[in-house]
Amino acid sequence: MDFTFTEDQLAFRDSIRSVLEKEVTPASIRARWQSDHGEDSAALNMLNELGVMALLVPEAQGGLGMDWVDFILLAETCGYAALPETVVDDAMVATGMLTDLVSLGQHVDQVSALLASMATGAKRVGCAHIINPYSNFAHRKDWMLLSNGNDVHLVPRSDLTLSAVNSVDKSRRLQKIDWTPSRRTRVADGEIGAGLQRAALNRGALGTAAQLLGLAQAMIRQSVDYTSTREQFGRAIGTNQAVKHLLADCAVSVEFAGPAVYRAAYTVSVAPQRADWAVSHAKAAAGAAAELCARNAIQSHGAMGYTWECDLQIWAKRAWALSKEWGDGGFHKNRIHEWLLQPNALLGPEFTFGKRYIEIAESAAA
Amino acid sequence: MDLLYTPSQTQFREEVRAWLGAHVPAHKLQSFDTPEGFEQHRQWEKTLAAGNWGMVTWPKEFGGRACDLIEWLIFEEEYYRAGAPLRVNQNGIFLLGPTLMEYGTEAQKARFISAMASGEEIWAQAWSEPNAGSDMAAIRCRADREGNEFVINGQKIWSTRAVYADYAFGLFRTDPDSSRHHGLSFILVPLDAPGVTVRPIDQLNGLPGFAEIFFDNVRVSDFNLLGGEGEGWNIAMATAGFERGLMLRSPARFQQASKRLVELYRQRRNDILDLSIEDSVVRCYMDAEAYALSTYQTASRLVAGGKIGAESSCNKIFWSELDIRIHETALSLLGARAEVEPDGEMDTSDLGAWLDGFLFAQSGPIYAGTNEIQRNIIAERMLGMPRK
Repeated sequence: MDFTFTEDQLAFRDSIRSVLEKEVTPASIRARWQSDHGEDSAALNMLNELGVMALLVPEAQGGLGMDWVDFILLAETCGYAALPETVVDDAMVATGMLTDLVSLGQHVDQVSALLASMATGAKRVGCAHIINPYSNFAHRKDWMLLSNGNDVHLVPRSDLTLSAVNSVDKSRRLQKIDWTPSRRTRVADGEIGAGLQRAALNRGALGTAAQLLGLAQAMIRQSVDYTSTREQFGRAIGTNQAVKHLLADCAVSVEFAGPAVYRAAYTVSVAPQRADWAVSHAKAAAGAAAELCARNAIQSHGAMGYTWECDLQIWAKRAWALSKEWGDGGFHKNRIHEWLLQPNALLGPEFTFGKRYIEIAESAAA
Repeated sequence: MDLLYTPSQTQFREEVRAWLGAHVPAHKLQSFDTPEGFEQHRQWEKTLAAGNWGMVTWPKEFGGRACDLIEWLIFEEEYYRAGAPLRVNQNGIFLLGPTLMEYGTEAQKARFISAMASGEEIWAQAWSEPNAGSDMAAIRCRADREGNEFVINGQKIWSTRAVYADYAFGLFRTDPDSSRHHGLSFILVPLDAPGVTVRPIDQLNGLPGFAEIFFDNVRVSDFNLLGGEGEGWNIAMATAGFERGLMLRSPARFQQASKRLVELYRQRRNDILDLSIEDSVVRCYMDAEAYALSTYQTASRLVAGGKIGAESSCNKIFWSELDIRIHETALSLLGARAEVEPDGEMDTSDLGAWLDGFLFAQSGPIYAGTNEIQRNIIAERMLGMPRK
């Protein structure tokens, strides 16, 4: 039992964080809002050079073959920086699904080649899931993984009709995707296709939960900084207990969402078929924490918090969007609810880390 | 990260489970805030100590098993799973014991720790005073040195377990000219000493779970001074620090309560009209899990040589508010029957246990530093917000 990250994992997180802090500034994010396509190519190149897109690609396809626990702190850091580019979704969901296709023996040559070019950043693949009505930055992908019933299709962008939809978060570029499924693009069907989509939902929700955690931390930091310098009645407003308690509540919510996100990353890595409840806990808790932080951060900033000028909006609006993406709080709490109602659900402290304790005990006995 | 128990941890769990299965009393003990219940619980402490299960984290020389914090969590999980009695000596074993081990002389450890571990001496706390509650540095109760003795005069209040306990520990002002947190000393006081008057205070459940203590020229040997004279504040802060942050309320307690809540919900949900119940049950379950996960994370970090930080102040707010929510939800599920008292004629199920727990939960956000004080600590020490 060791619920810590390794020195390497923490060091990697720190190095990515310091790069993002320098390169992804509020000014550069606002510059993206003015551009046609909404991305910063320099930032994408930098992330590719750091190997972010290669992390989860298997070694056989030229990647680093790391797992979700290795990646989760990076996803959190992308949230902390409010990075607009969809590297977390692409790396976790699209790469994950393509990797599954290879290991299931589906269209191995085509998919392996695509994975190899994803690892270098030469090709970009996104994944849309029916739980999300729109797909963020679909217009910037070379290929999209799409579903039609149980079927999964790998479709080139040229086959898609995209219509832009405005998000409250100007950093997001939502696209409504119209397309016609054909046999030519189908890469999986039946149970395999359904399984891929279930896995995609958990990976998407997990990556989003980690980003929400980072967004929440960033909003607390900004609010502490603001209330420590802004003065009224001759002293910093952060000396007032009412303001302190707003932010203390935020800190508590983040403190207890984090471990749920990390357990979910571990569970998706070692027992993906039983990860639903762990992922749903992570997403529901991180979403609620980020929403609380957005609310209390705006309140702590006073009228400034309600302005376009204040950079807090970059984080708050992302939190509002992501808390609903990949299943909102209701969806995920409902999954836990269904699980709690199962007569054979294993509840209680000895099952905090899933059923594995029992299995290990059984195999030891056998 | 490896969230599997090791074979030796699994074996430890099985050992604990087997011992508790053979020793936990078949019938629920009476409340330890009654004279009979207190003696029953003292007996249980003796049983635990006889099996070396009293404080598994303590060194073997003090009757412990030198367990690490992960093993402690496993022990607690099994303890609550078995429905074993509450710890009547928790003031001693969870708070004073670790403090004695860090600050006590060898002679003091020899005198007090074994008697504490064996249940021979049950401890009460004596921190608060009528005008020193959240503001503990306002303590006025005096302990004036006369030769090898201290002469104590004054009053303490909200002293948990003091009605039947043998000893109390607390802070006393040994330097009459001092103010605030200077000039305070940490002293251990026998409650049967001449001049001590204990006046029970009934709690919300009608039982005297705490008391006022009046000291009228009470003479205590300076052997009972823990740490240096005038250094009491720092020692008290240590008492309130590490062990309290992590060990005061172990997660298993709330996981078992939320599990029972889910069971109650399964039975009662078709009769419930309150639309918020489903959400409350799910949140209680999630939060009990979250508290366990956070504790395992902290324990792993400490086992690996890390230090506990100010973020531990988040714990008390989280579990105390969770405890209230679990019991509020249970009472909502019980509806109009929720008011039925424990052990009443009509109470054939564990109906009254929820009410009992609900009443006790009211104290959670108040004791061991109110949640308002905890929020100040989080804001100032964890987030770095300005004090003034």
